[in-house]
Amino acid sequence: MGQTLDYLKETPSQTAGPYVHIGLAPGAAGFDIYDHELGWDIVGPNAKGERIRIEGRVIDGTGAPIKDVMLEAWQANAAGIYAHPEGGGDVEDGFRGWGRVITDFASGEWAFDTVKPGPVTGRCGTVMAPHINLWIVARGINIGLNTRMYFDDEAEANAKDPVINLIEWENRRQTLIATRGTRDGQVVYRFDIRIQGDNETVFFDI
Amino acid sequence: MTKPAEYYQRDRNRHPPAFTPTYKTSVARSPRYSLISLEQSASEITGPVFGHNDIAALDHDLIRNYAKDGDPVGERIIVHGRVLDENARPVPNTLVEIWQANAGGRYRHKKDTYLAPIDPNFGGCGRTLTDENGYYFFRTVKPGAYPWRNMVNNWRPAHIHFSVFGASFCQRLITQLYFEGDPLIPLCPIVQTIPDPDAIDQLTARLDMNATIPLDTIAYKFDIVLRGRRSTLFENRLEGN
Ligand SMILES: [Fe+3]
Repeated sequence: MGQTLDYLKETPSQTAGPYVHIGLAPGAAGFDIYDHELGWDIVGPNAKGERIRIEGRVIDGTGAPIKDVMLEAWQANAAGIYAHPEGGGDVEDGFRGWGRVITDFASGEWAFDTVKPGPVTGRCGTVMAPHINLWIVARGINIGLNTRMYFDDEAEANAKDPVINLIEWENRRQTLIATRGTRDGQVVYRFDIRIQGDNETVFFDI
Repeated sequence: MTKPAEYYQRDRNRHPPAFTPTYKTSVARSPRYSLISLEQSASEITGPVFGHNDIAALDHDLIRNYAKDGDPVGERIIVHGRVLDENARPVPNTLVEIWQANAGGRYRHKKDTYLAPIDPNFGGCGRTLTDENGYYFFRTVKPGAYPWRNMVNNWRPAHIHFSVFGASFCQRLITQLYFEGDPLIPLCPIVQTIPDPDAIDQLTARLDMNATIPLDTIAYKFDIVLRGRRSTLFENRLEGN
């Protein structure tokens, strides 16, 4: 035995459980308690860039949508800057870049409105293709799952993205790419997340 | 070109694995493939920043923040502690959110149908920011145990759900606080998803008589540890090193 290292150990994770909405999205749980809930307005009124909507479902290993899931999004602005002291610069007034959504209890559909992020400087001067970082918690998920959503209209940037290229199985890379469409003049990206089973989404240990 | 100062790799042995068959819901909600390990970039070492404009004065007081015509029923408790990182440094100004059942074990949620009554004076959620020393506190009532559908006779020990942000998206954590001495802790399939008994102990808040307010409110202490970060001492290496 040598000396003892005096680091602390990280607090272990536990599932968010079925009632995560009470704490983190109480309006959805059916009661009104806070003056304003956090996370519904990702970018604020002054954000530059293309306004987009992202929609999807989170699908379990049986193929069914998970109806009690909560997602958090973390993204840069259209110039590739995160709203954080180490985010690379200043962002528009009111831009936070963080969002929180829950699924519709009946359909399992979730959606959030944001702006399309720009490319972000990666490690050692590389460039990461535009992407949104996602974190998924729910009953039955013992520790939050991290993934990234990329955009199918950025094929050239995606082909060079250092994180996409880290995925050894090229056939799994497409699980991170959202599909662009339009509805009533609004740009809508579709992004279904498969927790398990055919075309299981790539999740990251960050 | 510099690399960002990274956070220490998460010790996955300290956390529950994704697939834990005795907690049945995890079976179809656990990835089968390995997670892909990522060297951190700006996307992982940044995270949302919150301030006092985001919360209201009573948000941390669950005894008052939903009261209609009196105090909620139950044992009045203070839950307090510090948010630290693995280097034992305080995590200041970080958002801590909690939610819980009422003293009878019932959630104010349209999906909760347990027969224990809703308390008209209790909402069951709160939030606060840690101060410059990483300190936080809540006032609430002690939640009751409740039954849940897993095996036919499973009961959750009294618990409070915690959500913590830290300074980066890679520190994000949701967990649960349990109370010292609760005989349901060793019987709970959700608690027991954690393989390491020492880690379970870390989720068990201790009775804190020094913080108790005599004749008023009993106190429990619950410290939370988030991932630590490398020191900046050796980080300015050239690319490729
Ligand atoms: Fe619970």
